[in-house]
Amino acid sequence: MLLAALGLSGPAWGQPAPARFVVVLDAAHGGDDTGGHMNDGQLEKAVTLSLSVRLRSLLAARGIEVVTTREADQSLDPAARAQIANRARAQVCLSLHTAETGSGVHLYASNLAATPATQFMAWKTAQSGWVTRSLALMGVLSSALKHGDVNVTLGRTALPGIDSMECPAVAIELAPERDADQKTVAEPDNPEYQAKVAGMLAAALLEWRTEAHLR
Amino acid sequence: MIPRHLAIIFSVLVLASLAMGVMLFHTLEKEHQRLLTGTDSAPTKAPEVAPPVQATLMVADDDDNSVRPQTLMLPLPADGEARARAVLGKLLDLYAEKGSTHPVTGGMQSVEQVFLLPAEGPGGAKATGAQAATARAIGNADTGPELAVVNLKGSFAASHPSGLETETLTVLSICGTLHANLPRVSEVRFLVDGAERESLAGHADLTRTYLTVDATPAEGVLQ
Repeated sequence: MLLAALGLSGPAWGQPAPARFVVVLDAAHGGDDTGGHMNDGQLEKAVTLSLSVRLRSLLAARGIEVVTTREADQSLDPAARAQIANRARAQVCLSLHTAETGSGVHLYASNLAATPATQFMAWKTAQSGWVTRSLALMGVLSSALKHGDVNVTLGRTALPGIDSMECPAVAIELAPERDADQKTVAEPDNPEYQAKVAGMLAAALLEWRTEAHLR
Repeated sequence: MIPRHLAIIFSVLVLASLAMGVMLFHTLEKEHQRLLTGTDSAPTKAPEVAPPVQATLMVADDDDNSVRPQTLMLPLPADGEARARAVLGKLLDLYAEKGSTHPVTGGMQSVEQVFLLPAEGPGGAKATGAQAATARAIGNADTGPELAVVNLKGSFAASHPSGLETETLTVLSICGTLHANLPRVSEVRFLVDGAERESLAGHADLTRTYLTVDATPAEGVLQ
């Protein structure tokens, strides 16, 4: 009653302010590091950047704060990418790649063994404190993509940038879309294919945001 | 007039020359006949081929991002390091074949060397040179876990397709194949042309020590 009289009652009292939901998009490669070569002559660094821009627009339209590691064709080493992600204190970090091998979307989490997150983590293995959350995020992304009839493969790998990130982090590799006979239907730089996958990823991140706020 | 003793010497020399000529001709004929009959009296012995033994290769498949065991009968050397190089060479030969499930050029020649060293013990401390020597002296060196150092050729890394999936599969299949044929190999490190390299072809980290348990489908997380 006293609190009410003082005007301090209400839903905001005693509750933490709603947490920011930040997504870091890391378009892999750039500058001198061209990445792989697509079959149609495109470079991986250009295709990842276009996917990053597309996904950023979709997320921003849904009210999600997005931090990108690069917005142009510039060189960034893995440590710089991890620094940007860690400064953003993000709830999701996505490293975007493309390839000509395999099909659909390949999702990778760090293969570091999970350890309890502490205030000070070793730089090269900082992701170990977040691996469990990264695997959960990978599951959410995988479900959304499979729901959209995209071929998804899951794995774990050692990727320097990801391994230093202190956030749920997943590397996404966009491979060609293929039919049942393994014939290529769409290359990774196909705008429609990119838009389809980006839409599914954005939907998955909305679901992840809801789950994050419910916890 | 020619003195008598000079005439005698001259005659003896002419006779000796004729005798040597006949002997040379005879030897030549004899050798010619030997060659025609195909007799090989070379002292070299043909190299012995090791009997084929069962080898398990962990073969990658790009289509479903998997690594599956494939059993072959291969003549493998008894020495651990030579055996490791032989099985990896066969694995990379499979990848270089037309229609491979994980196409990578280079083949057997891509593996320069494989070194086997004592790996970290259960306590997590890496054995020092003195500790390793002590272990060998008391006979533990033949039973402890081993670290395999795989030295790949630069041409292999340069021609390897770039991509998270394909590079990860190559690393995992090498680790898995080593563990399948040399069970004491628990850790694997990679060198390229004898030096540390950041990544295989822009993605898979080659500065890390890989645990073979992560590359074994039954034990690790792998599709």
